Parts: sequence; C-alpha cells; structure tokens
Amino acid sequence: MTRFLIGRLLSAIPTLFVVTLATFLILWLVPGDISAEIGGIDATPEDLAAIRERLGLDRPLYERALLWYGNLLQGDLGHSYLLNRSVADAVLERLPVTLSLAGLALVIATAIGVLLGILAAVRHNTWLDQGAMVAALIGLSIPDFWFGIVLIILFGVQLGWFPTGGFVPINEDPLGWARCMALPAFTLAITQMGVIARMTRSSMLDVIKQDYVRTARAKGMRRRTVMFRHALGNAMVPIVTVVGVITGVLLSGAVVIEMVFSLPGVGRLIVGAIQRRDYPIIQGGLLVTACVFVFVNIVVDILYGVFDPRVRDGR
Amino acid sequence: MAANDAAAETDLSLGAEIARARRRRRTDFLRRLAAHRSFLIGAVILALFVLVAAFAPLLAPYGPTEINYRAILSPPTATNWFGTDGYGRDIASRVIWGTRVSLRIGLVVVVTTGILGTILGTAASYVDWLDGLIMRTLDGLMAFPGVLLAIALAAALGPSEINAIIALTVTFTPRTARIVRASVLVVQGMQYIEAAHAVGAGHARIIFRYILANALSPLIVQLTFVFAVSIIAEAILSFLGVGPPPPAPSLGNIIADGRSYIQEAWWIAVFPGLVIAIAVLGLNLMGDGLRDVIDPRQRAVGGH
Repeated sequence: MTRFLIGRLLSAIPTLFVVTLATFLILWLVPGDISAEIGGIDATPEDLAAIRERLGLDRPLYERALLWYGNLLQGDLGHSYLLNRSVADAVLERLPVTLSLAGLALVIATAIGVLLGILAAVRHNTWLDQGAMVAALIGLSIPDFWFGIVLIILFGVQLGWFPTGGFVPINEDPLGWARCMALPAFTLAITQMGVIARMTRSSMLDVIKQDYVRTARAKGMRRRTVMFRHALGNAMVPIVTVVGVITGVLLSGAVVIEMVFSLPGVGRLIVGAIQRRDYPIIQGGLLVTACVFVFVNIVVDILYGVFDPRVRDGR
Repeated sequence: MAANDAAAETDLSLGAEIARARRRRRTDFLRRLAAHRSFLIGAVILALFVLVAAFAPLLAPYGPTEINYRAILSPPTATNWFGTDGYGRDIASRVIWGTRVSLRIGLVVVVTTGILGTILGTAASYVDWLDGLIMRTLDGLMAFPGVLLAIALAAALGPSEINAIIALTVTFTPRTARIVRASVLVVQGMQYIEAAHAVGAGHARIIFRYILANALSPLIVQLTFVFAVSIIAEAILSFLGVGPPPPAPSLGNIIADGRSYIQEAWWIAVFPGLVIAIAVLGLNLMGDGLRDVIDPRQRAVGGH
C-alpha cells in the first residue's frame, strides 16, 4: 500500500509541470501590448515601461519562466497590481466558498444519483427504470448556469423562498448560509446527478448478473441486503471513477454558478479579473483550482486501491 | 495458363464477396441505427435545429439586433413569441439567429477536435517515443477542471467567435485523443495489421486504410458528445463575457442579458436556455444511440 501511495504521488509531478507551464504560457497568448491594456488610454510611456517591468515583460520568455517557477516553489503566485495584494492571498481567501459549494453539490449529486441508479437497476426495464434514465438524461443536457437563473426566478423572485443571490458566512449565521447555498448547490448537482445515476445503473446491472449475487439470493438472503452488501460494493469502482471526473466538472461549474448567484468564490474573482484584465489573478485562480483537482484525482486513485485490492497490488 | 485463369477468377469472386459483406455490414448498421428509438428522436431534434439555423433569415420575424423602443421588456405576445429585451429586441428572432452561432461553433469544434485528436492519438500509439510526451501533456491539460481552461484561454485571447473555437478545441482535444489512442492500440494488435506489414503495405496505407478505418467508431460517439458539450460551453463563455461579443445573438449572450432582468422579465433568460437544453438533449440521445449500436457490449447491458 505504501509503494502504491508513493507511486501515485510521484505520477502527479509531470501533470503539475504541464499545469504550471500551461498557466504560465496563458499570459504569453495575450495579443498586443498587455501594458497598454492595463495602463489604459491615458498612461504615459513611462507608466507603460513601469508596468512591463513589474510583470517582467521586458525580459525574454525563458527568464520569465525561470522566475515563475522560482516564485512558485516559494509559494508565490505573483502580485495583483489592480487589487494591490498577493495573488495567493486573494485566491486562498476565496477558495473555501468555492470548495464548500462544489462539496455540497458533490454530496447531493452522489446521494441522489447513486440511489436513482440502484433503483433503476433493481427495477430494470420497468417504468421506474425508464423514468429515472429519462430524468438523468434531461438533467445532463441542461446548462447548469441557466438552470440556476430559472431557480432564482422561480424560488427567489416569484415565490420568495430563497435569496436571489448573495452570501452569508457560515460562522456568522449558519441558517442564512444554508439558505444562500441551497439553490446554487442544487443547481450544480442537477447535471452531475444524471451522470452518476447512469453509471451506477449500468455498473449495478453488470454486477447483478454475476453468479455470487444469484448464490446470495438463492441461499435466502434478502434482496435489499444482497443489493447493498454484495452488489453495491463491487459496483463501487466505476462509480468512484465517475465521482472523480465530475469533481472537476463541479469545480469549474462552481466558478460559473458563483457568477449566477453572486457568491464570493474563486470564480467571481477570476471573472472579475477577466473584466479588469488582471492576468496574475486569472493565472493564480486557474492554477489553484487545477491543483485542487489534481489532489482530488490522487484521492480517487487511492480510493480505487481501497475498493479493489487488485489495483493496490498492481495486478 | 488455365490454372492461372482459374486463380484470377477465384480472386475476383473473393473480392466481390468481401465487397458484398462490407455492404451487408453497412446496411445492417444503418438498419439497427434507424430502429433505435432514442437515436431517431435525437436525429429529428438535430435536423430541426439545422433547419432553423439554415432558414434563420426566413423564420425570424425581426432582425436579431433590431431595436424597438416602443416594445421594451414586452412579455411573450402573438407578435413577440418569446417577448422582448431591454432594447425592445425580439427574443424569438435573437434565439433563432443564436442557433446559428451555437451550431457553427459546435460543428467547427467537432471538426478541429476530431482532426487534432486523431493526429495526436494515432501518433501517440503508433510512434513509441512520442507516446509518453503526448500523453503526459494531454494528462496535464486534462488536469484543468471542466471548461476552466477554455475560460482562461478565451480571456487571454480576447472575446471572439474564433477564439472561443480555439479555446474549446484545446479543452476537448485531450480526451478525444485519449479515446483514439486507446482504440488504435486495440486495432494495432490485430493479426490483419501484422499481415498488412508482412505483405509490405506502407505506413500511410496501414494507418489510414486499416487502423483508422477500424478505430473510427469510438471517435464518432465521442464527437457527438463533444458537439453537445461545445454548445453548452459556448453559452458559458458568452455568459461570462469571453465568447462572441454582444450584440451578437449568441444564446449565451441572451441569457447573460436576461440575468440582469430576472426581477421583471423572466422570458429573456428562460427561452434561450430551453433551446440549448433541447439541442443538447438531441445530441446526447444520438450519442447514446450510436454507442448502443456500435458497442455490442454496452447494448447487452440494455439501453443507456
């Protein structure tokens, strides 16, 4: 198990290298003179030169890359001159909102999705199965940010049950926090619920056909016990895979949903930075979110090892 | 001499037999597809969209950017089916023109992703020393969650249709290339590829005629889903202001307009999103159908 863990951690190194390199190169993609864009129309040539020097644009690309990596290794993601503070601070301060939104959505999507999938598999080829699968397909065809707007119109504007946006920190008012997070989390969950339900169903159907499930039933075990004890455990590996994949979708979805519901997370920070052309913040937000995702994927791989000993032993 | 003739004859009839078998397989495939209910529903939805987009100038009652100050924020009526926005622009007309933007971006992204994914996937599996380099790079790009990379790329390149296409292509190519690589690896191990090498077929002929032709199915299924995801992703880019810039009638732009009017005019945001959802549903149904018909193992599982 230790060797498996170390191997998995080491394999993240090339991934992180590509992630950091791609993030670095994004600034290089910006067409034209960035300093002129940042400085605005009434910037003097001296102002522009100063901006270029601050961003390191007056140096060759390889020197800037070395500087970027040197700073990264010290945990320095750069400095936002428009916010006048360190990028790492600005992003990390916003991260809890984004993570709690994505986390809540993950819990909702997995709980309802797995239940729906099991139900569909157990009642294979009945109206319940077909209904669940149609619902799942519709769920994953809906643009989530639009669904969020529809929910705001319905439950915020028309019925007035939930706020139409905004945020209350959990340590100030837990109930207010829950009210603020309910609609966004549900919005984010709805599309991924369908993905999990479909995967759970097909994975369960595969397992249900196995001999040991029939044996368990034949020796008189209750259907429910067989399904949850024997079948679900073995159907878990594909389900965990999907949960890992959708975590990425949820993280990037959270970025967009934050805009819809005016939540102060990394997403709103990034989009605000796009409007202000604050490139260091865009880079920092992108990099931190990607690193969270890389970390989640490592956890998912370790979970494989937990659910399937063959993975752990490298068989 | 006579023996030679006989040999030529069997050869000929064998060739004809292979051609017949190929035709049979193809019609069999099309018949199964035509009998697949969800594929059919999806195909009809997509066809409707293509028609609406193609005949947008004839179908739309107003111009997509036509301003009418006497009909500002009008709810849906007989003349403005989906209502009007803050400039009195007809939402129905904007949505109809918007399907053009969505389909155009979706289609171009499918083509560019398909070509790039095929090149990278084939190169990775066919050329040993390229495999590690290509796959590690693609893995790295896939570490950016969802469409976040596309958002950052589009933000850096600037808001325009072509930049949205570039950003989405970069985002969707890695997974596509992975799928191509996996299926090419399977085909590469087949005996008939070894046979082709043995009889002296060139690399180009083996790659195009034998490997790609037989590794195409998973790619087609994947591209159907790329089409669906591109339509949603384009809307997200436009919504965040890094897609085709306003006043272009992109479906995402209309929803973004509607976000500022949720208190007084629900119709602005609701209708374009509904249209996106129906288009994406159609493509997902087609993708599911294609996968069912192409992959018998999935079919045995029964449905989606």
